[in-house]
Amino acid sequence: MTTNAVSVEPMTSTGRVFNLQRCSVHDGPGIRTTVFLKGCPLSCSWCHNPEGIDEAPVLMISADRCLTCGACSEACPVEKGGAVPAGQVWDRGACTCCGSCVEVCPADARELAGLDYSVCELVDELERDRVFFETSGGGVTFSGGEPLAQAGFLIDCLRECRRRGLHTTVDTCGLAARETLLEVARSADLLLFDLKHMDPIRHRSETGSDNRLILDNLRALSESDVEIWVRIPLIPGFNDDAANIEATGAFLEGLRRRYRVFVLPYHGIANGKRSRLDGTSVEAGMQPPGVEKLGAVAAEFAKHNLEVTIGGSP
Amino acid sequence: MNERVQRLRQKSLDAHPSISIERAVLLTEFYRENTGKYPQPVLRAKAYHHLCANKTVYIGDEELIVGERGHEPKAAPTYPEIICHSADDLRILDNRAMTSYHISAGDIETFEREVIPFWQGRSLRDQIFDSLPKEWHQAFSAGIFTEFMEQRAPGHTVGDGKIFGKGMLDFKEEIAAAIKDLDPASDPEAAARRDQLDAMDIVADAAILYAERHAEKAAEMASSEADSERQAELERIAEVCRHVPANAPRDFWEALQTYWFAHLGVITELNGWDAYNPGHLDHHLEPFFESGTADGSLERDFAKELLECLWVKFNNHPAPPKVGVTAEESGTYTDFANINLGGVRTDGSDAVSEVSYLLLEVIDEMHLLQPSNNIQLSRKNHDDFLQAALKVIRKGYGFPSIFNSDAVVEELVRQGKTVEDAREGGTSGCVEAGAFGKEAFILTGYFNLPKMLELALHDGVDPRTGAQLGPQTGDPLRISSFDEIFEAWRTQVRHFVDIKYRGNLVFERMFADWAQAPFLSILTDDCISKGRDYNAGGARYNTSYIQGVGIGSLTDSFSVLKHHVYDDESLSMADLVAAIDDDFEGQEALRQRLLNKTPRYGNDDDRADDLMVRCFETYFESVEGRPNLRGGEYHINMLPTTCHVYFGAVMGAMPDGRCAGVPLSEGISPVQGADRQGPTAVFKSAAKMDHLKTGGTLLNMKFSPRLLEGSTGIDMMTSLVRGYFGMDSHHVQFNVVTAETLREAQADPTNHRDLIVRVAGYSDYFCDISRELQEEIIERTEHEGF
Repeated sequence: MTTNAVSVEPMTSTGRVFNLQRCSVHDGPGIRTTVFLKGCPLSCSWCHNPEGIDEAPVLMISADRCLTCGACSEACPVEKGGAVPAGQVWDRGACTCCGSCVEVCPADARELAGLDYSVCELVDELERDRVFFETSGGGVTFSGGEPLAQAGFLIDCLRECRRRGLHTTVDTCGLAARETLLEVARSADLLLFDLKHMDPIRHRSETGSDNRLILDNLRALSESDVEIWVRIPLIPGFNDDAANIEATGAFLEGLRRRYRVFVLPYHGIANGKRSRLDGTSVEAGMQPPGVEKLGAVAAEFAKHNLEVTIGGSP
Repeated sequence: MNERVQRLRQKSLDAHPSISIERAVLLTEFYRENTGKYPQPVLRAKAYHHLCANKTVYIGDEELIVGERGHEPKAAPTYPEIICHSADDLRILDNRAMTSYHISAGDIETFEREVIPFWQGRSLRDQIFDSLPKEWHQAFSAGIFTEFMEQRAPGHTVGDGKIFGKGMLDFKEEIAAAIKDLDPASDPEAAARRDQLDAMDIVADAAILYAERHAEKAAEMASSEADSERQAELERIAEVCRHVPANAPRDFWEALQTYWFAHLGVITELNGWDAYNPGHLDHHLEPFFESGTADGSLERDFAKELLECLWVKFNNHPAPPKVGVTAEESGTYTDFANINLGGVRTDGSDAVSEVSYLLLEVIDEMHLLQPSNNIQLSRKNHDDFLQAALKVIRKGYGFPSIFNSDAVVEELVRQGKTVEDAREGGTSGCVEAGAFGKEAFILTGYFNLPKMLELALHDGVDPRTGAQLGPQTGDPLRISSFDEIFEAWRTQVRHFVDIKYRGNLVFERMFADWAQAPFLSILTDDCISKGRDYNAGGARYNTSYIQGVGIGSLTDSFSVLKHHVYDDESLSMADLVAAIDDDFEGQEALRQRLLNKTPRYGNDDDRADDLMVRCFETYFESVEGRPNLRGGEYHINMLPTTCHVYFGAVMGAMPDGRCAGVPLSEGISPVQGADRQGPTAVFKSAAKMDHLKTGGTLLNMKFSPRLLEGSTGIDMMTSLVRGYFGMDSHHVQFNVVTAETLREAQADPTNHRDLIVRVAGYSDYFCDISRELQEEIIERTEHEGF
């Protein structure tokens, strides 16, 4: 199964993927297929992909599609507390995420986030859109979760992609062992490096981890010639205050290399996913940042001599 | 656009389509007096001359390009020699909710008195219907195929550059030379050729006369015009109409007017499908534009104004009123004149010019239903041209559509055209490939591919009526392998293609014998040199098409049979047939399982796509290469217009989970909602079909405006189109949806599952995102000016 060791035999590792998004245009240059790898060391409150945090597969249920036909209950191997149609009380703790109910659900109301792939299987899938990578200057992006949570598999995939001539991008939160991160950076063509907050305490309170290793990692990377785009998810009330933007700008300006900055405005896409996971939604009513706010943030970064783009597309 | 164009455009938009009985009355008057006096082609030509000499000449306020088919804008004539509307038909047309044509009670009365009695039982439709065999009528009324020529003449015809270099007087010389070359001593057909050539000569005179009448009218209006500026315009119009189409045009204005007279001539002579079409308008106009701007006689703005005046003319001409099945398969006012931009020249070089961009501006500003327009995109054309077109497309009214010029050329060459004639070609109507100015490429009707499977699943019985319609291909419950059920389908296909084909031969013969088109023959090589009519094989190339409909629905149904019934054996044939016969009543879980747990076309999944290819190849083999009566061959097209709706309406539920009466999949697009992997997967699936073996395929993609905004959106579309065309595909059309459509999708997600919207940092299927987010997107879309 998943391994975090860097030096494994190429091509024999397997990895766990919770989504393959084709025709993605916001995770690196051109048209890309984005691989979402399971597992993340952070647990950001606004996370867009909450189904990717846990390294184990998770079951997602779309209650509005459920026909209440009961096929899931019939197929469930768990005797006590097994799968039940939407609307009935379900003991999630008893679920082994075996996927039996997913297979039989006629309405596709149940989905298992987390499928295992070998390197070859995955890269074969990624090659499907090669014709469009070529016309657009695109390629493959590994995201998550945190792709470095499956570093061995990730590196094998990056090497296989390189062998097949596919452009690769890794979208990372930066929280990983230095050597592993550098190895990944050397194996990829582009890193998307996320910066969330400059204050370690605030960082810990909203993401579950402080930011020292992340910032040190970016400093270390800036000593190398790795191509990096810095991405800043702009979360209202968390990191969009003037002081933090100023601190972020100053930090980036002080790095050995000057990187392009992409500001990614918060959006509410995770709300639907959360309810499919556990029936809750984050920060109900939290509004995406407005045009004025985005303009102000961009202006602040520009003061630090940074090239800023709003959104993920170059 | 300037104020003149704004007013002309508004007037065109405000005018409601109506029926003009003038043509029917004049024609009937002529036929009544003269039938039997002349050989048929000459009778047709003289009748046409009678129309040109007597029909109302209309020149509207402020117009620069003149001429109307009816007595006023939006007035569509009828063609009783082809189909004679009954008084009831006319009343229905006047009253129906959709695509109505107004007509006064007085005109209906005149029509009943003057027109109907003469044509009853004599119109071509009456004659043909009487001579078609019973099995044709049975299949036709069961909705197995449609027939294009049951109320409109063969058409789909597009002009090449000849009218911009020659006038009618030049054509008359060619006709005279051809007559001189006739050799009755060695050619038994010489006399017949003489009749055809005489007919062409008469209609050339008629075309000159018709233009002269416009010149006289304009001069007369000028003499009493108080406004000196308008007076000068009217004098210029008179001068133009005296010069063209008798002679070759000398400047940009005359070039547009000569085209318009050619257009009016074709659509007055007969009610051919797709009206007429200038083809590569940018190629044709480029020399006039270049010389005019170079010597200072033509300002760019004035060239644009003239083009916009021509656009108004197209929009003034709704399709002739259809009735019955033909109205259902093509329920629209548009008459499918489809102008081509870009592509390559006959020598293969990049044909994009300043005029191509000027025309894109016209298309953008005019925002009219007609004329349809498209870009022919060659790998030799630069991305700038594609991107200029995409910027118009993303405004959301579906124009221009995009064709793969290199594939179109290859399709035409495969059919036997010279490479030069293929490059002069392009696409017309919806997506049909043809060698412009040299080919009669006749679409003969749509063919209901899924209905063949419905018959195969019922041993040849139509479950709708209980009639034994097709051959008995076996009790489905005894069919023990996928290959056998596929073979049963193939047998049904061949059987009904045979019936359709035999019917087509009757239509072809009747049109050749009775409905000559001498004016169109002048415009189409090599009718003059062959001394043969357009409808009788006079054109250099003569193709007939039968258009396959519903390949997405068919593929998904076969996929259910293959994967659930035969491979997994998780569903018995008996249960499946019972479920579709009950229209899935009480079987929603089964229906959902078929929809959701089957490999379906449109997801770049070979398990489904291989079946699509197998269906396509089988249909291809059933039609390809059959000879037609005009010396050419049959080929296939894959397009539906709106026929997928009609064909769906005559069918029960299908194995793919589609309920009874619901529209079939459209063109080569996947079943609505079957594609779940995004646009690249749809393109990949669609490109597995061998487009080069067709004369056209149609793929529709729906996007929200947001998805296409900014340079990212344009870049993405550019790469998608180039990628799709790199796989030798034929056509794609982007529908940019409005907030209204998004509301509909919210109310009816099942039928809008293919709708892709840009969310925030990414794109998704609209129906897959939360209600809250849907609301936000709708709001945003509404704010974006739709």
